[in-house]
Amino acid sequence: MSDKKIRILIGKPGLDGHDRGAKYIARALKDAGYEVIYTGLRQTPQSIVNTAIQEDVDFVGLSLLSGAHNSLFPKIVELLKENDAEDIIVFGGGVIPEDDIPNLKKQGVEEIFTPGTPIKDVVDFIESKREKVGK
Amino acid sequence: MDIENKILEGSPRHLARAISMVENNSPQKEEIIDALYPKTGNALIIGVTGSPGSGKSTLVDKILKNELKKDQKIGVIAVDPSSPFSGGALLGDRIRMQKHSGNPNIFIRSMASRGHLGGISAATSDVTKLLDAAGYNLIIIETIGVGQTEVEIIELADIILLTMAPGMGDDIQAMKAGIMEIGDVFVVNKKDKDGADKVKKELDYVLDIKYHDNPENKNPIKMVSALNNEGIEELMNSVYNYINKLKKQGKWEDKRKTKIKKELKKIFSKKIHELMDIHINYTEKLDDWVKLLMNKEEKPYSLINKELKSFIKESEIL
Repeated sequence: MSDKKIRILIGKPGLDGHDRGAKYIARALKDAGYEVIYTGLRQTPQSIVNTAIQEDVDFVGLSLLSGAHNSLFPKIVELLKENDAEDIIVFGGGVIPEDDIPNLKKQGVEEIFTPGTPIKDVVDFIESKREKVGK
Repeated sequence: MDIENKILEGSPRHLARAISMVENNSPQKEEIIDALYPKTGNALIIGVTGSPGSGKSTLVDKILKNELKKDQKIGVIAVDPSSPFSGGALLGDRIRMQKHSGNPNIFIRSMASRGHLGGISAATSDVTKLLDAAGYNLIIIETIGVGQTEVEIIELADIILLTMAPGMGDDIQAMKAGIMEIGDVFVVNKKDKDGADKVKKELDYVLDIKYHDNPENKNPIKMVSALNNEGIEELMNSVYNYINKLKKQGKWEDKRKTKIKKELKKIFSKKIHELMDIHINYTEKLDDWVKLLMNKEEKPYSLINKELKSFIKESEIL
């Protein structure tokens, strides 16, 4: 009998030292029944991608409050592609201006959640991709 | 199949995929494990166990740092509990080891226990085989934070480091059966904290009683501060000395034989269990049986014996 679980990596790229939001999301996704791995603070894009590959996650959720999302988020999408792991779905959250969102999506970030998003929206997003990730 | 070759070539992506297949009990699992089995048996498998908060993950991080000097490929399996309510898990051991995640010679995988008791997950044993075949010559398994009876790690690891920290009970705790009996090397972590010396003294006392008649076999006890990276090299030296001693005494072979024996038993009973479930369909019948017992129309052993007999008669498998 097969028993597939959705696995999600929550990553904190760059030099941003605030992870209350990331921890909140990690905990809430655990409570929603997913297996969640958290990287801890101050990760390079490369270490997030290596972790995503080793942990064979279905999603990478990036949390960023420093303002560097326009360079770091697409960089991670690109590195996943370089490592033949473009099937891993990337989403992001944090203090991200509305104006930046279309461009991030164009560069392969599937969804962006801004402050105040109810956790249900994040879970709905993940569930909407369940078939796509084969779980 | 292609995936086995990719694993042997050292592709982390395929190794990670195969681990998921094993974990998810996917149909390819048995084929992959059996195909790679001839390539296993080369890795040294160290189990790190101990109570929650005793410093297992931090210790593993520092062991990685120390062992990397020796030009090894190291695999880590870090097990954390699944929620009994949601089935989800927050796998947090990796945070302490994350600085190694860019190193191509280190592969870290977090595993959720997925309802399995015993301190590891049901798939952990097969995952060590994958890492072994992929060329990781040192494999470290970090168990979930354990209590007194989660000792299944003895069936997987060649050698067990039992991590302890000050403030967790007296010498009577240390004399009890269970977890205290499975340590090969005892690690008193947080040696800079008050009470660490006392933990060491109590352990000494208990092991002196245990090995009263053959003191040469007494297990090493090492004091470290994993956080401050103190005592790690000495700890690892005593681990390797201990292994050499076991090898000289001929106990190493026996240990590996016992491991294989236990594993075969486990696979056998799991398969029988699955077969029974298919043929008797007992998960479905269970509610009816409960009713019979509640009304005292049946007795537990007679009922099960009767069912078993009819199973053997009807099925063509035996």
